[in-house]
Amino acid sequence: MNQNYGWGLPVQASSYAGKLDGSLFLLHGVMILIFVLWAFYMIFCLIRYRQKNSGRALYSHKTPLSSYIPDALMLIFEIWLIFFVGIPIWAHIREELPKEETSVALHIVAEQFAWTMHYPGLDGKFGKQNPSLINADNPLGLDENDPDSLDDIVSVNELHLPLGKPARILLSSKDVIHSFFVPEFRMKQDVVPGMNIPIWFEPTKLGAFEIGCAQLCGTGHYRMRGDVIVQSPEEFENWTKSKTKS
Amino acid sequence: MNQPETIEETVTGIPNGKLGMWVFLSSEVMLFGGFISSYVVLRTGSGFFPIPAKELLGIPLATLNTFVLITSSVTMVLALDAIQKANQKGLIRNLAITILLGFCFLAIKSYEYPHKWHEGITISSNLFGSFYFTLTGLHGLHVIGGIAFNIYILVNAIKGCYTQDHCERVEYAGLYWHFVDLVWVILFPIFYLL
Amino acid sequence: MQTEHLESHPETFIRKWIFSLDHKTIGLQYMFTSLIFLLFGFSLVLLMRWQLAYPGSALPLIGYYLPDSIAAGGVMHPAGYNALGAMHGTIMIFLGVVPLGVGAFGNYFLPLQIGAKDMAFPRINMTSYWVYFIGGVLMLASFFVPGGAAQSGWTSYVPLSILSPGQTMWLLAMTFLITSSLLGSINFIVTTLNLRAPGLTWSRLPLFVWAQFVTALLLLFAFPVLQAGAILQLLDRIAKTSFFIPSGLIVGGAPVEYAGGGSALLWQHLFWFLAHPEVYVLLLPAMGIVAEILANGTRKPIFGYKEIAGSFCFIGVLSFMVWAHHMFVSGMKTSLSYLFMTTTMIISVPSVAIITCFLLSLKGASIQFKLPMLFALAFLPMFGIGGLTGLPLGFTPTDVYLHDTYYVIGHFHYVVVTGSLIALMGGIYYWFPKMFGRKMNEFWGKIHFWTTIVFMNGIFFPMFIQGLAGVQRRLYDPTVQAHNLVVQPTNVLMTYSAILLMIAQIPFIVNFFVSIFKGEKTEDNPWQATTLEWACPSPPLPHKNFEKIPTVYKGPYEYNVPGEAKDFSPQHLP
Repeated sequence: MNQNYGWGLPVQASSYAGKLDGSLFLLHGVMILIFVLWAFYMIFCLIRYRQKNSGRALYSHKTPLSSYIPDALMLIFEIWLIFFVGIPIWAHIREELPKEETSVALHIVAEQFAWTMHYPGLDGKFGKQNPSLINADNPLGLDENDPDSLDDIVSVNELHLPLGKPARILLSSKDVIHSFFVPEFRMKQDVVPGMNIPIWFEPTKLGAFEIGCAQLCGTGHYRMRGDVIVQSPEEFENWTKSKTKS
Repeated sequence: MNQPETIEETVTGIPNGKLGMWVFLSSEVMLFGGFISSYVVLRTGSGFFPIPAKELLGIPLATLNTFVLITSSVTMVLALDAIQKANQKGLIRNLAITILLGFCFLAIKSYEYPHKWHEGITISSNLFGSFYFTLTGLHGLHVIGGIAFNIYILVNAIKGCYTQDHCERVEYAGLYWHFVDLVWVILFPIFYLL
Repeated sequence: MQTEHLESHPETFIRKWIFSLDHKTIGLQYMFTSLIFLLFGFSLVLLMRWQLAYPGSALPLIGYYLPDSIAAGGVMHPAGYNALGAMHGTIMIFLGVVPLGVGAFGNYFLPLQIGAKDMAFPRINMTSYWVYFIGGVLMLASFFVPGGAAQSGWTSYVPLSILSPGQTMWLLAMTFLITSSLLGSINFIVTTLNLRAPGLTWSRLPLFVWAQFVTALLLLFAFPVLQAGAILQLLDRIAKTSFFIPSGLIVGGAPVEYAGGGSALLWQHLFWFLAHPEVYVLLLPAMGIVAEILANGTRKPIFGYKEIAGSFCFIGVLSFMVWAHHMFVSGMKTSLSYLFMTTTMIISVPSVAIITCFLLSLKGASIQFKLPMLFALAFLPMFGIGGLTGLPLGFTPTDVYLHDTYYVIGHFHYVVVTGSLIALMGGIYYWFPKMFGRKMNEFWGKIHFWTTIVFMNGIFFPMFIQGLAGVQRRLYDPTVQAHNLVVQPTNVLMTYSAILLMIAQIPFIVNFFVSIFKGEKTEDNPWQATTLEWACPSPPLPHKNFEKIPTVYKGPYEYNVPGEAKDFSPQHLP
């Protein structure tokens, strides 16, 4: 059985996985605290104010100001949560895309029911695509007459990435909505036809991880999976060379 | 259904039917709001939203249609005004004109539709065509509904069901008819003029 | 006007029971129909649960009798699984819980609680039920048409839904259901505004009426937008428009025959603009029922009446501004997420306020643990779990990981099933004496209560564990993906809990039907309650409810008023 998965969260394998897990633990801590307080108060009341123990109930229409304390605490906590935890993390993972020079750029194209990775190859340029050229051997419809496309690497359901270098990925879909999900990276993004959606993450752990589809995409949704293989930079370079044509 | 209406005392003082009509119209506003905001979102945001040339749209005819519908609103007001002054004949005459103008609107539309189809603006040709036929078609259905409502009122008016104090149904029909007009007054500029 | 007309003639069987204009009969029609749909929707999920626990193995007992659209050779296939999933969601929400909470309880008890003879528009009320019925029949019939039922989830995300079989029937049925809800909500709003008994001011309205009124407004304003979306999607399917079809789609290697230019996200906006208020449509009537039962069972005025009513209204308004928190990872502009994260966090405050008021109502009470009270009390911690687990889903950094996992499923099942449905069951036990003049059996009721609570938690709690492990939702066979394998045993636990939960409903069903005919007879006000529905005979008089329309002198929950001999002081007594 795979060492990456257990009864809790999967291992953290990206640079921001720790941050997301931190907020997950924080929130669950607060949730458990609130629930325990509620439960204790309720159990206390149920025993103390049973008809047998209580006698005549208290008649009152007053709502003392102190009864607003839970609401106020909740509001303060949530404002703090949004402005000091939520917005900075969200901005970091969704809007602060790494610079192109320092990152690995690639496109991922989703279709029923496979992920196609498209690397620009050594020249760093993506070749032209033409939908009419799409066939089983050429899932992206790459135009072979375009010089940029000659060294492009196309890999189906296998995403190779170097360790310690951020990956900048442009997600797109040929047919329906899919969702790119790598549990170990805490990465999830819907892949919407008609849109090109940029994402990024930085692998921090060597090994093989799993890509799943998280949005219902048809009868093969459950088996639409792929592998992420995080390699050392040298191995990644070797892989790139071995895949380059000519 | 033709027994004389007795209006029960209500808490707000507004008859149930009138309040119900207003509540219904507010949901209709949301319905057309959903359609029109979808249109606005796609027209401003879509990468492929070809807008046909103004000549193909037939603006003069559509302007005439707008005029027809606005006039029918006026006659609807006159109909209600007539019965409130106990003028039975005025009610019948103005209602009849309103209904005729409604049919006139539909007649012009049914000339416009095949014309557009011939010019290549069809429901599946592109988004403009899709929205045009969906929204004006839905509005057309509302016009048909309004005409049916008005005919029902007219039949009852000829039978003499309405009096100066019991003419609420005429008012309800009027509310609905004005709403239908209002929708057209919004649809006309967003399809033909913009 | 029509009521007097009807009273003077003996009614035919059809007028009395089939095309009835009496809000009470219509309420009962809604109740029986929705309970049957709930049972049916639940049976669908049992089939799915078997497939999840034992992927690819033949369904025991009934596998060979299922239609081809669901199973082949006794084994469920992926298309069948997707169809069952879509239909389970749709049936439970649109044909089960909403018609039970709004159609049944709202129709039956809203006019009684405001002291009205009937709804404002009895004919529209009847039409509303029959339109709902037709919608339900269409939805069920879709299993047997070629291509089977809809397969794209109850959310029907485009373009998958436009390209899959079965969707046309779903959209047609939805159009009927939406129309039915609209007719119902117009009736509720006008009735509440116009037909309240003399002296029943807004500050004396029972909280159940407040809840129904806000619910009706939500239905009125949210449903037309889905209607618009459904019509657009239907045209995409049958008239080849491309409202939701983007340019350049290539399905199965070939370009689709659409002009393109549409937007897939537009549907999600239209859908969630309805479907988030819909969550509160599921929840508010349940909260209203809990408030009624809590006040009755604690024998004291409910704590913070104004705060609760205010929270209902606040939730009602705000629920129109949170819809896109379902779309944080949908590709929507990331900056919009800040706005919707903030509104989502704000909407949790009135929910916390309501729970706080309910809990504080227990303080200083004189609690009677009668059967309905057990359900109302169970609602508090169970809805608490459902509400709290909503926090990490409305908070973007955690939602990235938890979105579309079983955590979401666990969250909304805690809200809707252990929350709403438990409260609605409590409502059935509470109002049964009013509807039939007899009580349900207390002993079997308690058996039903405890088994139901235990097995519900047995199903839904493991979903959080699965969600945290990253198991995605809507997987036909979770064992294909490695990260789902460790927690796979929980699926077996959940499946057996689900089967036991089904068995636990048998005492309820038997108790319900036996009690209608043989239950212990009760007086008009068996719970010694204060609101107006207890001021009329049990069952209330056909077409007029009350012998004489009552006048209201005080607030809804006057229990244990100092200086009075009895511990309750009904609204209609001076």
